[in-house]
Amino acid sequence: MTSATIVAALTIVALSGTATVLTGSPSRQAVALGGFGIVLTVLFVVLQAPDVALSQLAVGTAVVPLMVLLAIRKARNIR
Amino acid sequence: MTRATRLALFAVAAAGLAVLLGAAFADLPSFGAARHPYRDAAVTSAIAHHTANVVSSVNFDTRAIDTLGEEVILLASVVGVATLLRRAEGEHQRRGASGGRVLELTKFAGYQMLGVTLLIGFDVVAHGHVTPGGGFQGGVVLATGFHLLYVAGRYGALERLRPLPAFELGEAAGATGFAGLGLAGLAVLGGYLANLWPGGSFGQLLSAGTVPLLNIAVGIEVASGVVVLLAKFLEQAIAITDGGVE
Repeated sequence: MTSATIVAALTIVALSGTATVLTGSPSRQAVALGGFGIVLTVLFVVLQAPDVALSQLAVGTAVVPLMVLLAIRKARNIR
Repeated sequence: MTRATRLALFAVAAAGLAVLLGAAFADLPSFGAARHPYRDAAVTSAIAHHTANVVSSVNFDTRAIDTLGEEVILLASVVGVATLLRRAEGEHQRRGASGGRVLELTKFAGYQMLGVTLLIGFDVVAHGHVTPGGGFQGGVVLATGFHLLYVAGRYGALERLRPLPAFELGEAAGATGFAGLGLAGLAVLGGYLANLWPGGSFGQLLSAGTVPLLNIAVGIEVASGVVVLLAKFLEQAIAITDGGVE
């Protein structure tokens, strides 16, 4: 991969990570986290690490946001 | 210990760590360069054991003991979550809980993707030693695949599709299988997790010796573990109420 592709991928990761941190509401943040996970997956593919990309895709964009959303739902029920 | 002593201790430790890390980073091969001693060693050892996916060769052959440690960490986390999220006193299990209103299109997509996702999960586990992926990735795909039924609004169907006791057993069996294959290596070759028959045709399904077997063990453990983990979360979020107003 050319260094331009790597710089582009890193920039999108930085922007998307910042956006996730700056998202206020936790449930919106879970969705932003899923998007950030996809961007990270792209970075790993660009860096030629398909095994890590697969792990990131499965855990970061599916399991973790789902767990966060379920935890938020439970917390709302208690309140 | 006073605050000043603690800070002084931290400063000494942090300075030592910074020096060591700095020295280690300075000695690393530069990013994207042609010289890479660790790659050379890993690729040579992977080819010697007929493992086409070098990452799997590192994870399940050369450094399989690290992977065993990771599996035990996952097992411990799932046991911890199951303990914390169990039904407490004064909480009630709601019967016939549903996932709320779901769009017809979402239902359709959920059912369509269910079979495809499970198939991809099995494929990723089975070919971990040949192509990117392996037990961990495939296991997570399998576990999330089941939950497409929940996305499709069928929490009841999801509960019937995954009888929890079976998956709790599967998690333990996967971890035991991994440790057992390690003991087999110790008994036969005198090294824990040593590759028992590192032969086969390079790049074919039957190659890489114990690597695919360890992948299957990890796949069973991770799929079962993540299913149990998400089941505990789902149960808390959907089916358990704290006894107050519903």
